[in-house]
Amino acid sequence: MLSRTASSLYWIGRHIERADFVARLIEAALQFELLPQARGGDDWGSAVSSSGAMDRFATSGQVINRTNVIAFLAFDQDNPGSIMSCMELARNDARAIRTAITRECFETLNEAHLAMKTHVRRGKTGDIQGFIDWIKTVTRGFEGAMHRTMLRNDSLWFLRLGSAIERADNTARLLDVKYHCLLPQGEEVGGTHDQAQWTALLRSVSAVTAYRWIYRDGLKPWLVADLMILRREMPRSLAACVDEAAAMLACLRADGGRTGAADRQIRKIQTSLAKLPIDDVIKSGLHEFLQEFLADNNQLGRAVSDQFLF
Amino acid sequence: MTDLAFDEMHGFTGQEPRPSYRAIADWLHRTDHADLASQQQAAETIFRKLGITFAVYGDEDAEERIIPFDIVPRVLAAKEWGRLEEGLIQRVTAINAFLTDIYGKREILKAGILPPELILANPQFRLAMTTIRPPHDVWAHICGIDMVRTGPDEFFVLEDNARTPSGVSYMLENREAMQRLFPDLVADHRVRSVESYPDMLLAMMRSVAPKGSGDDPCCAILTPGQFNSAFYEHSFLADRIGVELVEGNDLQVVDRKLFMRTTEGMKRIDVLYRRVDDDFLDPLMFRPDSILGVPGLMDAYAAGNITIVNAPGTGIADDKAIYSYMPEIVRFYTGKDAILPNVHTYRCREADDLGYVLDHLSELVVKLVDGSGGYGMLVGPRSTKAEIEAFRAQIIATPQRYIAQPTLALSTCPTLVEEGIAPRHVDLRPFVLTGSKGTKIVPGGLTRVALQQGSLVVNSSQGGGTKDTWVLADDEPTVPTTPHGKEA
Repeated sequence: MLSRTASSLYWIGRHIERADFVARLIEAALQFELLPQARGGDDWGSAVSSSGAMDRFATSGQVINRTNVIAFLAFDQDNPGSIMSCMELARNDARAIRTAITRECFETLNEAHLAMKTHVRRGKTGDIQGFIDWIKTVTRGFEGAMHRTMLRNDSLWFLRLGSAIERADNTARLLDVKYHCLLPQGEEVGGTHDQAQWTALLRSVSAVTAYRWIYRDGLKPWLVADLMILRREMPRSLAACVDEAAAMLACLRADGGRTGAADRQIRKIQTSLAKLPIDDVIKSGLHEFLQEFLADNNQLGRAVSDQFLF
Repeated sequence: MTDLAFDEMHGFTGQEPRPSYRAIADWLHRTDHADLASQQQAAETIFRKLGITFAVYGDEDAEERIIPFDIVPRVLAAKEWGRLEEGLIQRVTAINAFLTDIYGKREILKAGILPPELILANPQFRLAMTTIRPPHDVWAHICGIDMVRTGPDEFFVLEDNARTPSGVSYMLENREAMQRLFPDLVADHRVRSVESYPDMLLAMMRSVAPKGSGDDPCCAILTPGQFNSAFYEHSFLADRIGVELVEGNDLQVVDRKLFMRTTEGMKRIDVLYRRVDDDFLDPLMFRPDSILGVPGLMDAYAAGNITIVNAPGTGIADDKAIYSYMPEIVRFYTGKDAILPNVHTYRCREADDLGYVLDHLSELVVKLVDGSGGYGMLVGPRSTKAEIEAFRAQIIATPQRYIAQPTLALSTCPTLVEEGIAPRHVDLRPFVLTGSKGTKIVPGGLTRVALQQGSLVVNSSQGGGTKDTWVLADDEPTVPTTPHGKEA
């Protein structure tokens, strides 16, 4: 496969994942706003931080509030991490390499592109929830088309590698923004504010039920961290994402792709996650742990592009 | 103008349909306008969903458009096609011989048939090609010859596109759309298949691989990228023939050989079908600011390590100033008169012709010799006084850059428009392939239609549409009375 094609596939995977994640961030903030303990700007601010774009938002000089944050995260074409930018970037990449994905995959993105204007107009004039639901439908549709129609070959491996790396990045950032409230300090543990924060966090990754199912227990901050970092059953946990990335790299190796830095880097990350009970992570500093993970994961992205000559 | 034109369905009389169109006439008569319109809509929706689009330069709002598709097919009887095919093969054979000659011995100049400065001072003449012999001596591997018609047996060549002619994807997609929408109608007409075009293209490309590239030469298509107006076609062709679609920055020349960068390492390419103009192919040889090509490509070409399809320098053969000499060129190389005539052409570089042209601007079509896509062109009868005067000044300033032709009464074909079925002017672009084993052509081509009433400009960039082109296995459809559409 052409390296440029591989690169486009990888970035389609990342951008679709990111669009979905940002949609979920906005949704979580919207839901949180309805609660009595809502803190207004703070909650919208943490949505921007979780998206990894606080610096960019700050340079715009805008006040952090519902309207500005939604405009920035959902519709701002100058924000490369906005939902709209991600969808358009993914579609442009898909168009450039359209023969490497199936017709159904391309059509999902192309139809979204054709319908984007209408949905954006609706989203901007009040129905932001409608816009978010639509985006989630599109990303699910794309993933469905991908799993159902793509050949099990390097095209699919690169798409899924991109998704896995992006998803790990998103989960780590989401946790990092909220880490202070996962720690037993300040307000009494189990206080209503924390409780709501954890619920919002879990809800943003569709994991409220998953939590109950796995732990059969009330919300405990260290268990939320355990679920999101170490639990392999949890599709967005760091461990699950890293496993997925490792599996994709193994498939690429098996298909005759080059081997090198990315293979070494993924082993390093796997090792760093393997040896831990969650208590140790929390004791030795959740924030530091997540920062290190984010750096390693970024390094993995760079190693992938070096290894496959992107 | 429309009134005087030959109609593909009704001829000059406007009465009985011609035999080849009898079943089409019957079908149009039986089917509701609204039904036809909704079928047409269905086809266009499919095209848009599939992203069968093209970009129009200089129009920001319409970054991607689909070319309007008309569901009334253009029909050619077996005997009409037979003569066209013979003429096209003759013409393309002559074009290849002409290119070999002018970049080689220049017999045609020695024979005094062409003024030497028309070749040697032509901006399309590539000096580099005088020292390079394309593998197998094939130059114009893919030609799209634009034909117009003015009467039952009057077909003329309007332009020889010998660089990187586009439109073949529409020929194939239009047929697929028609087969989906009207399977019975297609079957009843015994329409000859165009499906083999991708196979023929690949076979042609493999046949011209450089010697020593083995049994399984690696072919690729070079595109300027996804923002090029014909990008859809580039990716379509790569997909249909199963080769990589590469961009300049995927490629690298090492040791005078061309390689593409893949996830498994560097892979050698033997045959490159480039959809990038000569000027942009190699910044070391042509335009130094080009980022669309590959530095060193021409050096690899000179070393005989790569075949470039079409060869650089073929533009000289479809230059509009050379065009006027094509009847002489065909006779010189084939020893026979051209089967397909030219449209009479006035060369503004010659004083007599220039005088005539300037006196008759309001009746003529004037073209830039190096223009294309309907740009840089004056259609006298459809222009205002001011437009004509502005063009006159340009012609006087650089007469050698212009040619002029009479405005032909281009044939019309029934076309679905808002008010119903109405005649609209059409042309025809068949695609001719030349490999080391000779010249071939699929029975069909791209019919372009000027959707505006009376308009003669069929270019897609100027609002033209396309039709499926049906070459019949016989001279008329055999089963004209099977019910179709909603009655079926």
